[in-house]
Amino acid sequence: MPPRCEFQDMGHYSALAVAREAFRDHRGWQRVWKSPEPRRRYDVIIVGAGGHGLATAYYLGKNHGITNVAVLEKGWLGGGNTGRNTTIIRSNYLQDASAAIYEKARALYETLSQDLNYNVMFSPRGVMMLAQTEHEVRGYRRTAHANALQGVETEFIEPGRVKELCPIIEVRGPRYPVLGALWQPRGGTARHDAVAWGYARRCSEMGMDIIQKCEVTGMRTSGGEVSRVVTTRGDIDCGKLGIVVAGHSGHLAEMAGFRLPVESVALQALVSEPVKPCMDVVVMANTVHGYMSQSDKGEMVIGGGADGFINYTQRGSFSHIEETVRALVETFPMISRLKMLRHWGGIVDMTGDRSPILSRTPVRNLFINCGWGTGGFKAIPGSGWGFAELMAKGESPLCAEFGLDRFREGRFIDESVAAGVAH
Amino acid sequence: MLILTCPYCGIRCDETELAPGGEAHLKRFGPGSSDEEFEDYLFMRANPKGVHFERWRHVHGCGKWFHAARNTVTLEVYGTYPAQVHEPPQEIRDAISAKVPGWRWKDDS
Repeated sequence: MPPRCEFQDMGHYSALAVAREAFRDHRGWQRVWKSPEPRRRYDVIIVGAGGHGLATAYYLGKNHGITNVAVLEKGWLGGGNTGRNTTIIRSNYLQDASAAIYEKARALYETLSQDLNYNVMFSPRGVMMLAQTEHEVRGYRRTAHANALQGVETEFIEPGRVKELCPIIEVRGPRYPVLGALWQPRGGTARHDAVAWGYARRCSEMGMDIIQKCEVTGMRTSGGEVSRVVTTRGDIDCGKLGIVVAGHSGHLAEMAGFRLPVESVALQALVSEPVKPCMDVVVMANTVHGYMSQSDKGEMVIGGGADGFINYTQRGSFSHIEETVRALVETFPMISRLKMLRHWGGIVDMTGDRSPILSRTPVRNLFINCGWGTGGFKAIPGSGWGFAELMAKGESPLCAEFGLDRFREGRFIDESVAAGVAH
Repeated sequence: MLILTCPYCGIRCDETELAPGGEAHLKRFGPGSSDEEFEDYLFMRANPKGVHFERWRHVHGCGKWFHAARNTVTLEVYGTYPAQVHEPPQEIRDAISAKVPGWRWKDDS
């Protein structure tokens, strides 16, 4: 255990700071965020210190000047899906509302390191979604046209160009030959933990309290308005409350007395042993349910489809590993001898139309941000931006289409097939 | 790996042999129902951390639909039973009550 030190201003990270610390044996580095005791009351409480929760807090402070904010986390910061995803960032969605929020997020990622003064290692290496059936070819051509109208830079590329961009792909595979791909050159990856840490550091600098190991066990309302949360570290009053807890949303909604059109299922991923650089793009193969990229450490990061049944265990199962790896070996024959190092699961919250919910709720001043399903990481900055606006002003153009009432009104944002996401 | 016993053919199946079918015992609403009832039936789902009732189909076996009572946190299976019922049979409820003190079947159905 490192000695506990009094928190001081963390200072600006720069080459100069590194040089300065090098001259004094790195004794001057401070903790990246404070760990205070909870106060009695905050203007805004965010439940969930994952990427979306922390980004919401950050933009509440940065864009709306609201800094009397606490972010409560039952485990440790970024220990849920923020630390369990495959770090892919893209915005090649079909529907306008989705393209808007995901492209906002992708655009914010471009300058996030400078904005946060924390290196989130955004790597716009390009994302390729393989078309391996005639149906997918037509679907992705349509998406490319839609993206052109939405101002999202994508293009449909032919198999020759696929092979050029990613030589390790077998484009003439026996079962699923590559017939083309939807290519987003400014998509890519980022360091997922750093996104949470960078936001947390900035929130802490703005005077917000990030309270870990603090589980919300109940909520109190007065006159139809949320007024207090009951936690394992005491009761805390709040003016507004934001629930940003992904797979556990249903559980918290139940405490507040409403139901959600959400089911929580396990999604799993795995990484191989590190190998020399062999692919510098992200490849998604949705027909066979697998996607792969190479991390900076050299590991092949592999993801697959989600379970079809409710599961809160944060574990995966061997049948899914087998299915995913079998599919990818066909498309990437060179990985057939790779040893897999680690395997993990996260609990994702799936909605009926596979689009998120950023919404008011039946309880006044209680807002919910959930339903990101299998694709939340890429959306973190845009989701935080929009949700902060929704909480601060009561409405947000980015979130307008993603209300809870869309299910009753039949205004679905249907991305379940259109986005070609591996579900 | 989830293993359920098919109540029709008695085979212990792992999840690759089965197709999940979502929440069990939903009351069906259709023409003539209110918007709220229809929305609830179509989209709103129990998503409990704990005891849950589900529909499954023995798709790579006898092909029949059945119900399972399962814990979503521990993955413990309390039992499976045929699909032709509107609520879980008494022996399944007893099995759950024995293991989950304080658990009660919802009375509003």
